[in-house]
Amino acid sequence: MDFNFTEEQDMVRDGLSRLVREQYDWETRRKAIESEAGWRPEIWAQLAELGILGMPFSEDVGGFGGGAVDAMIVMEEFGKGLVVEPFVPTVVCAGGFLKHAGSESQREEHLSAIIDGSRVFAFAYAEPRGRYDYADLETTAKKDGDGYVLNGHKAVVIGAPWASHFVVTARTGGDRRDREGVSVFIVDKSADGITTRDYETVDGRRASEVYFENVSVPADALIGEEGGALPLIEQVTDEAIAAQCAEACGAMKVAHAMTLEYSKQRKQFGVPIGKFQVLQHRMVDMYTAYETAVSLTYLATIKLDAGEKERKRAASSAKVGVGQSARFIGQEAVQIHGGNGVTDEYAVGHYFKRLTIFENEFGNVDHHLKRHVSLG
Amino acid sequence: MNLDFTPEEQAFRDEVRAFIAENYPEHLGDVGLREDLSREDFLAWHKILGEKGWSVPAWPEQYGGTGWTPTQRYIWSEENARVNAVMPLPFGVSMVGPVIYTFGNEEQKAKHLPGIRSGEVWWCQGYSEPGAGSDLASLKTTAVRDGDHYVINGQKTWTTLAQYADWGFFLCRTDPDAAKPQEGISFILVDMKTPGVEVKPIKLLDGGYEVNETWLTDVRVPVENLVGEENKGWTYAKFLLAHERSGIAGVARSKRGVEKLREIAANETLDGAPLIEDFDFARKVSQLEIDLAALEITELRTLAGEQAGNGPGPESSILKIKGTEIQQRLTELTLEAVGSYAAPYYHSIANDDGSNEYPVGPDYSAHAAETYFNMRKTSIYGGSNEIQRNIITKMILGL
Ligand SMILES: Cc1cc2nc3c(=O)[nH]c(=O)nc-3n(C[C@H](O)[C@H](O)[C@H](O)COP(=O)(O)OP(=O)(O)OC[C@H]3O[C@@H](n4cnc5c(N)ncnc54)[C@H](O)[C@@H]3O)c2cc1C
Ligand SMILES: Cc1cc2nc3c(=O)[nH]c(=O)nc-3n(C[C@H](O)[C@H](O)[C@H](O)COP(=O)(O)OP(=O)(O)OC[C@H]3O[C@@H](n4cnc5c(N)ncnc54)[C@H](O)[C@@H]3O)c2cc1C
Repeated sequence: MDFNFTEEQDMVRDGLSRLVREQYDWETRRKAIESEAGWRPEIWAQLAELGILGMPFSEDVGGFGGGAVDAMIVMEEFGKGLVVEPFVPTVVCAGGFLKHAGSESQREEHLSAIIDGSRVFAFAYAEPRGRYDYADLETTAKKDGDGYVLNGHKAVVIGAPWASHFVVTARTGGDRRDREGVSVFIVDKSADGITTRDYETVDGRRASEVYFENVSVPADALIGEEGGALPLIEQVTDEAIAAQCAEACGAMKVAHAMTLEYSKQRKQFGVPIGKFQVLQHRMVDMYTAYETAVSLTYLATIKLDAGEKERKRAASSAKVGVGQSARFIGQEAVQIHGGNGVTDEYAVGHYFKRLTIFENEFGNVDHHLKRHVSLG
Repeated sequence: MNLDFTPEEQAFRDEVRAFIAENYPEHLGDVGLREDLSREDFLAWHKILGEKGWSVPAWPEQYGGTGWTPTQRYIWSEENARVNAVMPLPFGVSMVGPVIYTFGNEEQKAKHLPGIRSGEVWWCQGYSEPGAGSDLASLKTTAVRDGDHYVINGQKTWTTLAQYADWGFFLCRTDPDAAKPQEGISFILVDMKTPGVEVKPIKLLDGGYEVNETWLTDVRVPVENLVGEENKGWTYAKFLLAHERSGIAGVARSKRGVEKLREIAANETLDGAPLIEDFDFARKVSQLEIDLAALEITELRTLAGEQAGNGPGPESSILKIKGTEIQQRLTELTLEAVGSYAAPYYHSIANDDGSNEYPVGPDYSAHAAETYFNMRKTSIYGGSNEIQRNIITKMILGL
């Protein structure tokens, strides 16, 4: 058993921590998310330069040979600063599909562009009526000559306004919700027939509704096996879950620290409110919730390379436990800040909002409790 | 013991239901987010009720109250909640109005009560300050006597909807040397158009603007605007807080909220079936209904006590705690029900006319996250839920 990080991992953390501290201070972040673009491509370029975007990929495709633990470290630092840049959609999701199932030419085309920061992806999987079931798809891809024609509507595609490419899930066969018949495609966002409606999200990111109307893609847009992609999607989204749980841990850590600090500064009845035992115990419970969330995040991260069932159980466990901690810590952090907690000005409310939306990305607590039950 | 309504009460229900059906402004049917409304929309129903003589049911009849029993008032609030009506705001009707008719002089009653009843005059509450929240008695805003005037200086904050207010009621320190901080405070009415009153909006985490900082700089207020006695303001403020709390349970509105939640969950799907048929989700809705039933009967027991002549006491803290917990739980479950469509930020998906043309998600999802965020305020304001527990600790448990 070993819970230590390697020297390189400590260096990555320190480097990112500095970047977030120096270039992601609160006012700079606010300006960026309120700007027309809503993000900062120059941050993305720096992440490429630091090797962060190439970290999880093997050296033969130009990566740095890192693994899930490295992604966890990165995401935790991003969570502390509420970084909005699309690391999960691009590196974890698109990168994950390519890494696990991309053909040599697909990797050549896309992976090097992900690693050098020139290509940004969004992962278009959710649909208006599909909830958290990746197989509950109305989007179709019909065989047409050598290629496919896509039709459908993808909902709340995070990072889509910033993306040049989409990873899209679609049905190539079977009935809605069948495990068989699900396929994954890489689609250039500028392809004919794609329209988007872009908007801001409540947690400071950008997303789109994406509509596909007779969008033709070539045969080599397909990643992995036609009709057999569900296990692949489950693998990649479990990786995304582990990464986002790490992000949530970073956000919870900061929300807790801010609250503790506030409780020492804020005086009522002649004493710092942190002297009231009821608030002390509340902050103790928050601390405990954070620590247990970290433990489940480690579990999910380490089990990503285990057998399928173990991996799924661990990912669902984390999504349940971290989700519960996220709600509790977010709500109590706001409560202990009093009126200031519900303002836009205080950062704590923004951590609360991010933690809220985190809760239902890639399945909420109920969904993952069910999955845990079904895994036996 | 008996939970049935009498035939007279049933007839009363029919009467008010018919009145609401005929007179409630159509464009305000089932509005969800009250804080977004225009001044006119906030006041529309209030004005209609003012003309009918129903805007201040709980007041004594001599001041324009309806003389309804607490049970009738309960029926009245239920019937309004059925259409999710935009009710008269509490600041005039439930807060300053009762203070004025209880502690004010005849001139003050004549001057202020008609405008509160009719909805012509908008009031705001100037209690809290940056340094005085839960510990309200530590407030620093001063009112210094200068001939026929008080000169007020200080900063209030969290003043709800002060951007629309004509008048405000303010707690100010008139005796800085009093033995106890509670003893040197006065209750003063201020015309918000007086020079030196400045209202600055505060943006909340849901993106809306419902509270303000209110700055008072050398604001000259005639001494006749003092309510009751100088330095006795704390007594009036406490009287008012108890009134504020008893209305805060929001049972009728939460009942309508549960119905709406069920409608949403019937429309959402999970594994191809309506979400409301999912056992995990359905049991959470049932749990909420059970908690609400417990609150409802508890409130009715309190009302019955009032009918028997006991004023709202520290038990109203239970109503505040449970009522707000239920309101917040309702927003949590709504958020869970709408799934991914919780994420779009309402202000960036609504078109200028408020419509959601070329829609992003179903209409009912548009405010789900914002409302959830916004409703965190309910366990903070009106005396935080921690403070309510402290009240019960002291006043009921005797610790
Ligand atoms: C099954 C069992 C086995 C035990 N075995 C042993 C043993 O082998 N050897 C031995 O020496 N002792 C033993 N104990 C005793 C045990 O350590 C004491 O019961 C314990 O320290 C609590 O003390 P108390 O029972 O006097 O409760 P109290 O100290 O009177 O506490 C009463 C309540 O007040 C709370 N409380 C007290 N102080 C505070 C505070 N500052 N803030 C907030 N809350 C507070 C407590 O948490 C508790 O809920 C045992 C007890 C039990 C129940
Ligand atoms: C949306 C909104 C609308 C409002 N509208 C108005 C208005 O119209 N007019 C007006 O005058 N005010 C208004 N308020 C102010 C409201 O009454 C205060 O926010 C409230 O009293 C809490 O004060 P505070 O925000 O300074 O928090 P603090 O008093 O600083 O409290 C911070 C935290 O400490 C806890 N705490 C404080 N003291 C104790 C204690 N002794 N024991 C245990 N815990 C404690 C609190 O419960 C809270 O969790 C509004 C507030 C909000 C958020």
